[in-house]
Parts: sequence; structure tokens; C-alpha cells
Amino acid sequence: MSAPNKSYDPVEVEALKPEEIERMRDEALAAFAAAADLDQLQEAKTAHTGGTSPLALANREIGALPPQAKADAGKRVGMARGAVNKALAARQTELEAERDARVLVEEAVDVSLPHDRVPAGARHPLTTLSERIEDIFVAMGYAVAEGPEVESEWFNFDALNIGPDHPARGEQDTFFVDAASLGAPDAAPAVDADDSGVVLRTHTSPVQIRSLIDREPPVYVICPGRVYRTDELDATHTPVFHQVELLAVDEGLTMADLKGTLDHMVQALFGGEGMKTRLRPNFFPFTEPSAEMDMVCYVCRGESVGNPDRPCRTCSSEGWIELGGCGMVNPKVLASCGVDPEKYSGFAFGFGIERMLMFRHHVEDMRDMVEGDVRFTRPFGMEI
Amino acid sequence: MRVPLSWLREYVDLPATETGRDVQAKLVSAGLEVETVEQLGAGLKGPLVVGKVLTIEELEGFKKPIRFCTVDVGTANGTGEPQEIVCGARNFAVGDKVVVVLPGAVLPGDFAIAARKTYGKTSHGMICSGDELGMGDDGSGGIIVLPPEHEAGTDAIELLELVDEVLDIAVTPDRGYCLSMRGVARETATAYGLPLRDPALLDVPAPNSFGYPVRVSDPAGCDRFTARTVTGLRPDARSPIWLRRRLQKAGMRPISLAVDVTNYVMLELGQPLHAYDRARVQGTIGVRRAEQGEKFTTLDGAQRVLDAEDLVITDDRGAIGLAGVMGGANTEIADTVVDERSGEAQGTTDVVIEAAHFDAVSVARTARRHKLSSEAAKRFERGVDPQAASAAAQRTVDLLVLLAGGTAEAGVTEVIAPSAPHTISMRADHPDRVAGVTYGRETVVRRLQEVGCDVYGQDSLTVTVPSWRPDLAEINDLAEEVIRLEGYENLPSTLPRPPAGRGLTERQRLHRRVGRALAGDGFVEAPNYPFVGEQVFDQLGLDKDDPNRRVVKLVNPLSDEEPALRTTLLPGLLATLRRNDGRGSHDLALFETGLVFHPRTADAASGNGSAGRPPVDRRPSDEQLAALDETLPEQPRHVAVVLAGAHEQAGWWGKGRPADWADAVEAARTVAREAGAELIVQQGQYGPWHPGRCAELNVFLEHADGVAEDGTEGEIVCVGHAGELHPRVIKALGLPARSCAMELNLDVLAQAGEGTLQAPHISAFPVATQDVALVVDTDVPAAVVEAFLRDGAGELLEDIRLFDVFTGEQIGAGKKSLAYALRFRAADRTLTVDEATAARDAAVARAAEVTGAVLRGA
Repeated sequence: MSAPNKSYDPVEVEALKPEEIERMRDEALAAFAAAADLDQLQEAKTAHTGGTSPLALANREIGALPPQAKADAGKRVGMARGAVNKALAARQTELEAERDARVLVEEAVDVSLPHDRVPAGARHPLTTLSERIEDIFVAMGYAVAEGPEVESEWFNFDALNIGPDHPARGEQDTFFVDAASLGAPDAAPAVDADDSGVVLRTHTSPVQIRSLIDREPPVYVICPGRVYRTDELDATHTPVFHQVELLAVDEGLTMADLKGTLDHMVQALFGGEGMKTRLRPNFFPFTEPSAEMDMVCYVCRGESVGNPDRPCRTCSSEGWIELGGCGMVNPKVLASCGVDPEKYSGFAFGFGIERMLMFRHHVEDMRDMVEGDVRFTRPFGMEI
Repeated sequence: MRVPLSWLREYVDLPATETGRDVQAKLVSAGLEVETVEQLGAGLKGPLVVGKVLTIEELEGFKKPIRFCTVDVGTANGTGEPQEIVCGARNFAVGDKVVVVLPGAVLPGDFAIAARKTYGKTSHGMICSGDELGMGDDGSGGIIVLPPEHEAGTDAIELLELVDEVLDIAVTPDRGYCLSMRGVARETATAYGLPLRDPALLDVPAPNSFGYPVRVSDPAGCDRFTARTVTGLRPDARSPIWLRRRLQKAGMRPISLAVDVTNYVMLELGQPLHAYDRARVQGTIGVRRAEQGEKFTTLDGAQRVLDAEDLVITDDRGAIGLAGVMGGANTEIADTVVDERSGEAQGTTDVVIEAAHFDAVSVARTARRHKLSSEAAKRFERGVDPQAASAAAQRTVDLLVLLAGGTAEAGVTEVIAPSAPHTISMRADHPDRVAGVTYGRETVVRRLQEVGCDVYGQDSLTVTVPSWRPDLAEINDLAEEVIRLEGYENLPSTLPRPPAGRGLTERQRLHRRVGRALAGDGFVEAPNYPFVGEQVFDQLGLDKDDPNRRVVKLVNPLSDEEPALRTTLLPGLLATLRRNDGRGSHDLALFETGLVFHPRTADAASGNGSAGRPPVDRRPSDEQLAALDETLPEQPRHVAVVLAGAHEQAGWWGKGRPADWADAVEAARTVAREAGAELIVQQGQYGPWHPGRCAELNVFLEHADGVAEDGTEGEIVCVGHAGELHPRVIKALGLPARSCAMELNLDVLAQAGEGTLQAPHISAFPVATQDVALVVDTDVPAAVVEAFLRDGAGELLEDIRLFDVFTGEQIGAGKKSLAYALRFRAADRTLTVDEATAARDAAVARAAEVTGAVLRGA
């Protein structure tokens, strides 16, 4: 080793002697060869090629030599450093290869280990299916409209041409709200409990009425929401369920537009060739003409009809699946919302989300959708 | 309405090859909901024959009486010898004609008949009951005893019309006329393009003045009353087999000839009829409204207290019928009684037949008021053809004369309130405009005529609707007739072009975001019914005067245990938590968003609410609409979560972590973050929560109209609570220990949300990090310490994070140490150590000043 900060004569510079430089080189090569892994090689690299390594120090002293000696010493040191760097690179490659072949293999883990530290959550399929349907219509330009679940009878019945004597207003279907429980205890006079005029909405149609009253035509809205009927919970009924209803009121709307809109919806929801709907005449007070709507079975696409070899459990080999009711908005309904039936016409349809979830995902028991069992909901994830 | 295909063919010449399924398909597309096609006698195979009972031997020694019979079955058994049959029924005697099924036959339900040993004898076949033949109830309660005129050996399959198809039609309220064979036949004829033999086209004698006296004092309730009298009926006359079979197939039970005939004619023509025993009616038949409180016994034996709105039929003594709903016990046709000694039959011999037309609404109300649903009421409610009344009366008279040997009296009473037929003016292209199809005037007119309308005019049509279609009231009703007959299936499919939309509202987007964020954090959505019982508020530990105890109640709840609507989401969500836990899922994180319901408070319900019912023929006024909304409860949307068990699972990575109060509070923060609202979390105390582990969740709401008089810009509003539940609540509701919950008013939270986010300015200069540990009293909230650290640190502070909380001897009792990492950065330069230290010291000084914090180690 040489000592710095010493004025020296080239002959006296021990470090620049040929044999000394060879020794430095050989020591470096030996150290690299001896390095067992990349960490040791890194140490050897620092020791033998770093800024304070013997060769680097020797190199620094070249400057002090006379010109002739400078050239000789420079050449010797340069060759030695070249050899060292080459050996280092070779050993580096060698050890990396070895690492790749052995060490990384030894570090292997079982990647199949589960990592369910916080199990995934999920949104309820009734929520996500409803949103999926909303999105189809939002993409077409419709707005999503909402309304209260405790609703006045005028919105739920009267304005929909369901007069006071309509059977749907009977006790068997509708939850009536107790008048005494509604008002302020002092302000409200004692009213007959049966006649609060307030019910749990039996359909989302009152939202259509609210939309028509609040907005100027053209009105294109989709109304999803919870509705209530006095059915006991069983495998196919629930007193609280979800509907999506659609309302379009504009100049010149026709039943063909209704049909086209329904066709578009089932194509968007069920995809593929041959998805379409079928209308069958029916009766609803709030539409005239009215229809029951069916869609082609999205599983068998009608192929199972009259084909006992290929039965379809989704449609019971009927080829069609019942969706819900629809029709042209009864002009009386338009009038009760202040919309001129001479100028505007409209169509509406509605169906139950529970039912669609049942046939779309083969849910066999309504209670599974109601009871909130996480084992049912979790697989549905974020979107449906 | 059950429609036997064989009966339908009487009015329409359907091709012989048409099956019930074929007819079903045609009628469905014409708008009749044919729910099923029942195959009567499917799989039935003879020999099934008429037999004459020759001998009966009573077999002794069995638990029940058993008869060993010989029966003459003609040559049906191949030998002509008497057939030996064991029978358990007793409602027949020697000489009776019965129905015998012989070995080799198969009865409905794949019941193969063979000779078999039973009760020590060999039974070569069986004497049949109606049930065994799939005939329905015949009221006999035993085996079928046939009228004596049928020959032994006659094929009974044909005789009893056992093979048939029955269409079961769910008739919608607008299609009352299809509650008759006549109506269904008309639809069938139109659907097939075949002529209809209208059974109501009968020769009816003109009314005269010597019929049974009738006085209608309420012509609005009864605009038509026809009365006919038939005398000399044979009390022993029975309904013939064809009549009984048609009634049975249509779902009615044969009772007695006179009753069967009125039912038959009602099924055929849709006109409800009533037969009074003339001997029991005193004086003039009247029609009037009942006296309030008037008592009357209907023929089902129930005594009814009448309402002043009920329409009744009367005689001189009082009510004899609830008009259009049910007759009275006092004038009922008498059961035929056979005198044992003389063998003479005694019963009703003279009847007065009523064929009337009653107001639909009046009948509907009476039927509903008395919870009496009858075949008559069902028809009147939906509208009966008033013009068919006299034909129906005539048909009844004819059948009674024919089948019971009666004599029609010449008197014909008809009381008719004058009325004009209903006409509608409609543009000829209106159906085209409704359908979006060009049918053309000719088609429109033809279709309306097929329905039974008279149509006049060119571009503008004057349409007179037929008497049997009271549902055809408006132009769209007529359009529907045209469109359905042209076929809904032939409508084209076009798409309207709505104006460009604006997508979801902010509120709707927020609701979705909240659901996604919570689900992303491991919560599972569980929507619950909103029904609660008030005892749950005790279980939740709410104070007696807690506003959440004020509930909206239902008049007719499904369960008396849960008559109210929720004011908090917790009862439903906690019940679901318990249900899941009970089913073996113990590590639970659930959420729900939904409406809760609060009755209006006194000052909110300012209107009188009794604005009456708004009109339906025009838009109600804004005041009327506002009054309607004022009667409704407030219905804010809430979000809630509940947690139990482990929030982080134990696994190969290490230990798990139980769900705790902090997870509940964090869920609230997650929701607030989605709403863009800053949540102010404070120590709180509220009913359901552990008093030491309850966070009160607040937001700052700006005043809607700027700075208030007192100089404030807004107020702090409590939007909910979060934390661990109170052990008493956990015990009362049977929840897993240490269950946690959070509930927030999402609507108020959303109001607190910031508007459009201002993007942060990112500095690329290096960060200077300083850690401080502050010792404060245990009851000083960390949030407050942090707030004042921020306040003191000034704008160089980029971020602050509490990374440790420590209590212990070194700190001293009643104290805690809070360790914060402060990150400083300037927008325009690299901070020097001195600058960062100065900012830290300022932060500590401010926190110390307000909270009494002491820098640890200082």
C-alpha cells in the first residue's frame, strides 16, 4: 500500500512497480473467484475496484511521474484494471446465473396460499341488477326518477285511474298507514284510522305521476324502487319487493315504440341473437291499450318448445318468460298530471326485479333474496 | 271462467281437429288469459258402462259396512252374466242404475282395474263415484246413481261426457262479458273468422202488464228488472246429465233443477239470475236502498247488518235479496223432500225468475262491505250486458218448462230505466296513431264491427259500442280492440329518440358510490324489511323521549309484532347479523342503505292536511299537491353497517383482528369520503352504543342563505353514531359479543359534501419529516390534538399522521402519549432543517396551549 500526500520519486513509488501492480491484479482476481455469492462479490468489487482500492490509488499516483514513466505506468495500471473489470463482469454473470438457477428456487413460496385476510364484500344482486337496467336506459337518454315509499293514495291510485272502487285498493293488497301515527299529535284532528289517504306504495307508478307533474314533456324516466304488498313471505312471494318502471311521454309515441324499447332492453340485458319480446293483450287501469309482456327464453331461445329431448328448466319449455305489464299511458292519467292527451302520448312498462333475478340467475327461493345471508350475496360481487 | 271445449263448439263451428291448446293460443293472442287447458278423462279407457244393481249382500264382520253386489252390465262383460262387485258405498239400492268399470279399464290417474280378491270375495270391477271418474263434486257424497232411463251396458264415457278439454280463463276486469260462454264464443268466432251462433238471440214475448208486480224505487242502482213466472214444476225433476256435467266442468256444483238452470243460463249468457220460491214471496217485488242497520239473512245462512248504500230486493215483509250479490234465505227454493210413506216429492213448484241489471259500483261495494264474493257479484262488478236480461229470463223459462214440466205464465214484467247507447267519436286513424301501424279506415271499421260496434263516418267515426262492452268508453279503448284483433304480435319494433340525457344525478351517483366503497371494504349488502315492533326501541336502549320512538304505523301489518315502520336501519340489520351468525357465518360485516320513516313534527306539518282528495281529471293545484306531500312522513335515506367476529382473519400470515369500534367509525369515514364531506368525529353517548366507545358523527352544514344573523356561516349537525354496541343491547338482541355498528343520515351528509374538488398543487421539492410525541390527559381526543397541531404548523405542513398511542407507567396515570409524524414541504424551495423544526415547534406550542400537551422527553 502506498501512503498518500507524500512527494515521491517515480522509482521510489512502490505502488507503481510492475510486480506490485500484478500482485494487486491477482489479489483482485482471487477475491472475485473466491466470492461465493453476489453479496460477497459486491464486497470484493468495492475493495478492488472502488475509489479507495489499491489499483485506484495507484492510478492516482501516475500523475506525479515524469512523462516517460507516466506512459509506462499508465499502460500497466490500465491493463491491470481492464483485467480486473473483465474478471468481475465474468464472475458477476456466473454468480447471477447461479442465483437464478439455485437461490431463487430456494426462495420459492407456495403461491396458492390463500390471502383472504379481509374477505371480499358485495352489493346485493337486487341493487346491482336494478342499476344494470337503469344504465341501459340512461344510455338511451332516460333519467332515473325516485319517490317516497310511503305515498299518498292520490299518487298511488287515483291519478293512475285506479278509482276508489278498484279491487286493488282493497285490504288484501295494500298496506294502509294509520292516520293517527302520521301527523303531529296536537295539530292533527282525530281522523278515521282507515282513511289517512297514505299507503306503502304498491308499485313504482306513483313516481311516474310525480315525474309527469314535476317535468315538462318530453319525459323519459326510469323509476326503480321498493314496493309493498300484503303477501306473506314464501318461496315465490315477498311483501317487500323491487320494481323498475319506465315512462316515456312525448309527441307521437306509439305501441311500436314500446315494443322496440322492450326489445332493446332484453337484447341489452340478455344479449345475442333472437332476443325479443312478445305482447299479449291485458288490462291495467293506467294504460290503454294494455299488454302483458314476455321475452324469448334467453337460455333455450325457444328451441325447447315441442322438443322433449331438450327440456329447458328456465322457461319450463314454454319458450317465453313472463316479464311484466305494459301499455300506452291512459289519456286519463296524462290529464290528471296536466299533460294534454291530444298533443302527447306515452308508453310505460314495469316488472319485478326479484322475478328477473330468479330466472336470470336461477334463484329457486325468494327467501334467499330477502334474508341477507352473506353466502347468497357475496358471490354476486360489485356488478351483475 | 272455465270453458269446456265441447260446449264452446255449440256456438262456433271450430274445425274438428282444433285442440284446446290451439284454441288457447288463439284466445291468448286476442287478449284472453287462458291459464290452463285441463284434459278431462285423460288416460281414461273403458269398459265403463251403465249397470243395474240386481242384488246386494251385506258382508258382516268388517270394520266398515261392505256390500257384495251383482250388477247387470248388459253384454259389456262379454258374457251377459251379472257382474260380481264388492262395494263400500251405501247410497244405492237394488234396481238403481250405476256406473260400472270393468276389469281391463283404466281410470284417470293411471288406475288400472283388474279382478281382485277383497273382503273374502272376488270383485270383478268397481261401482264408481264421481271423484274416481274425475268428474268433480256432484253433491252425492258417494257413487253415481243415474236416472233410471239409461240402459244397462250403455257406454258411460260418452253418456257422462267424461272426455273433454276445459279452458281456464283468468278474466281481466275490463272483460266482464267473457264471464260467459257467449262472450268467449264471440272472441273465439272473431279469432277464427267464423260466424257466431249467439245464444242470446231468442224470441222473447213483449212485456205486458200482468206479469209479477215489480217496483224499482232506485233506477240508478237498478236500470232494468225482468220478472217471469213458471208454475207447476215437478218437485222430483232432476237436472239431466248434460246439464249437470256442464255445470261441473265449469266448476259449479249441481244443486237442484231450478238452481242448476239459473246457474246454467248465467254461465251461458253472463246474466246472473235468481229464482224465488213464489209461495214464499209476499206481494210486490221492490228494489230500494237498505235502511242503515237493517238485518237480513242471506241464503248462506249468515245474518248481515246492512248499510244504507246496499241495494236490496224486497217483498212486502222486507228484504229478500242483496241485489246482484246473494238471495235471501227467506225466499230460497226449497229442497225437495220425498215423503217416505207416499213416495211423493214435495218442494218448490212455482218460481219467480229475476233477471235484472244492477250498478257495477254499487254491487262491488256491497260485495266488499259484506265480504261476499258470489258468481253474480263477480259479473255485475265487471259489467253485465243489460240487453241480455230478457233473453236470459226467457232461456230460464224455456229450460224449466222443458226439464221440469213447468208452465210459463204469460205475464212478462220489464221495468226499464231509459238509457241511450254509448257512442264515441274517434278519428279513423286514431288506432294507427296509437299502434304506429297504418291499418287504414277499412280495417278499423271492420274490426270494430266484429267487436259488435255500429260504426258510421269517414275520417271521423261515430262508434256505438255494444251493450255487452261497458268497458269501451274512450277512444283508446277502441284503439285497443283494433290493435289486439290485428294482433299485438304484428306490431313493428321501433325506437323513440329521447332528448339527450344527463345521466344519473349527483345523489344517485353517491348512493352507488357508497355501496361500492363499503363493499370494497369487505361489507356485504343486506337490504331488510322496514317493519319493526316498538319493543325493539327498548332493546336498543333508546330514551323514553327519543325521537326515533315516534313511528309511522300500519293499519294492517303482516305481523302484529311489527306494526311500525323503521326510524333506524339497525333493527333489521342486526336481525340479519344474528341470522347469519346463527347459520354459522361468524365473521360478519354487513351494510344497508335505505329509507327510514319519521312522522312530521308539529311545526313541519303546517298545512291542515285535509285538503280533500285532489281531482283526477286535471292537474291538481300546487297547493293541493303540497298538501298531499305534507301528509307524508319524512323519508330520509340512511346508511348503516354492523360488524361482528373477526374483521381480519387469522391465517398463515399471522394473527387475525376482531372487528372493533374503530372499524365502525372507519366505515363512516369511508361513506363521508364518498360524499365529499368532512366528518367531525367526537366522543358521544347514544342509546344502542357502549357509552365509552361511541363516536358521534357530525358535519358542518353551511346555512343555505349565507351568513346568519348571529354571524355564523353554518352549524355542526349530528348525522349519526358509530362504535361498539352496548353490552345490554347485545344481550337483549342476542348478538355476538362486541358487535359494532354505525348509522348515518346519508341525505344530510350529502348536503355537507364539497362541490367540485380543487386539485392539490404538487411540490417536487424534498420533504422534511419531523416526529413528535405529545403527552396529554387520557380524555383529550386525538382528533383535537391533531387539529391544533395542524393549526399551529402553518402552511408548510403537508401531512400529519398519528402513528402510535402509548399509555403506561413511564407516562403516568391518566395520561397518554400520542406520536405524530409531520411532513413539511414548501412549494418553491427545499426546506432547511431550521425551517422544518420551527414549524414543528409552532405546531407543538399550539397543541400545548390548547390541550395542555407536553412534548414527551422535553
